[in-house]
Amino acid sequence: MSSYIINIAYLIASVLFILGLKGLAHPRTAVRGNLTGAVGMLIAVVVTLWHRQIISYELIIAGAVVGSLIGATLAIKIQMTAMPQLVALFNGFGGGASVLVAGAALVESSGMIAASMTQTTIATVASGIIGTVTFWGSLVAFGKLQDIMPSGAILIPGRHFLNALIGAVAIVLGVLIVMNPEATTMYWILVAVSSVLGVLLVIPIGGADMPVVIALLNSYSGLAAAATGFVLSNNVLIIAGSLVGASGLILTNIMCKAMNRSLTNVLFGVLGPSDEATTADEIYGGKVKSTSADEVAMLFDTAKRVTIVPGYGMAVSQAQHAVRDLTNLLESRGIEVDFAIHPVAGRMPGHMNVLLAEANIPYDKLKEMDEVNSTIEQSDVALVIGANDVVNPVARTDPKSPIAGMPIIDVDKARTVVVIKRSLSPGFAGIPNPLFAADNTLMFFADGKKAFIELVEAVKES
Amino acid sequence: MEIFVTALTIFVLAIFVGFEVITKVPPTLHTPLMSGSNAISGITLIGAIISAGSQHTTLTSILGVCAVVFATINVVGGFMVTNRMLHMFKKKGN
Repeated sequence: MSSYIINIAYLIASVLFILGLKGLAHPRTAVRGNLTGAVGMLIAVVVTLWHRQIISYELIIAGAVVGSLIGATLAIKIQMTAMPQLVALFNGFGGGASVLVAGAALVESSGMIAASMTQTTIATVASGIIGTVTFWGSLVAFGKLQDIMPSGAILIPGRHFLNALIGAVAIVLGVLIVMNPEATTMYWILVAVSSVLGVLLVIPIGGADMPVVIALLNSYSGLAAAATGFVLSNNVLIIAGSLVGASGLILTNIMCKAMNRSLTNVLFGVLGPSDEATTADEIYGGKVKSTSADEVAMLFDTAKRVTIVPGYGMAVSQAQHAVRDLTNLLESRGIEVDFAIHPVAGRMPGHMNVLLAEANIPYDKLKEMDEVNSTIEQSDVALVIGANDVVNPVARTDPKSPIAGMPIIDVDKARTVVVIKRSLSPGFAGIPNPLFAADNTLMFFADGKKAFIELVEAVKES
Repeated sequence: MEIFVTALTIFVLAIFVGFEVITKVPPTLHTPLMSGSNAISGITLIGAIISAGSQHTTLTSILGVCAVVFATINVVGGFMVTNRMLHMFKKKGN
């Protein structure tokens, strides 16, 4: 097949990618958007098989079969609660593939008479660094989310200096490769150094900051593909890669805004209580009222509107189906139930929405933070399950607090607040939550799923 | 150099297209947008296919086949899991 036809097919694929992403950003067209993207990919892959450099198909078929089996199995078997780590893993594989392709291109071009041009080598270096950081960063994120490694922030002393040093070494190696593209071993040293950098960059980021990191790694995986596009002078790689790079950056920005923090602060800052912070004892001492399922069921007897505020705790205890059961039961008794979703609740952008959709809760019940806050006073009961920092009123009241200025869901303004939580332990920000000691708050100390099952029983009996 | 400048032009324009196309994403779609766009970033697959098929040296073949595996996991898994998620949204949503 002539390269003209292949390039026209790549153009069609690029257009389909643009239409696909556009579709994915709107609820009505999302399914079609995803399929459009997949068709674009299929076209691009099929015409590539006619590329004039390809002389054998065994390895391609073998690799594609293995990859498809692994990918399909993961996609079908994965539990919705494990979605953040799966997305992280897929990001990582994309980045890893870019590193290998750029490396192979460098090896191929070495020893040729028309040695590769400087700008191509620069792109190879960029692909190597970004792709490797994406790969290892994603694996660390996966490890944290899967609880293979500690999920909190792991702080290495002098890490900023260490990161800067390793970053500088990577750049020096990059310059050396650009000056002497024949030295392909240097590329793999660069990959090794970038691996350390990828691990070190994500290791200090923990828990509630994960949505930002995952969105950012998503963006990186696109940029790595675009860099590889420069290496191969392949336009469809450049276009698809930069589209994904842009979309990842948009999500990253949304997540940062939802926490009122800058990206630099999320990546390099440390979230933690300041020295003069009030201690948990001062805030909670004697003021926390605990409650039981029967008592909460009585609250529901007189309630007209119940707002449920889910957080990461709902995902951990896999409570979404029990939450759905209670929702249906309350609605059958004429109570209006809605859900307040904080943009960074959970461990990836949109985490809560996915879980509630899995439990068949219609998405018109899922309200965004601003919408809920404007009517929260009319809620008789606000039921908080496994959320902490995103409902901490300190964000509004104490300008010195580490979460000062973060937009929160104002559950404290509801008539009664019921917080389902296993203990009074602080959330990711490490600060006590005065909500738990407020006059209108009742603490229901239990595992999320168990609490909802008990609530369903109690409501049925009442 | 000319090829590079053309590539750079396409890169910059595509980034702008990306920012323009994806605006006001509702939170419900944050996860599917991420996993779907991630599948698209698996486009490196076509570079991987060329490396694995051209049999330049043993090393490039090995690199190529590994890249094909990685990228296919990314592409196939990404599109499938996005589809699965979006169908959950649809069940009761409309």
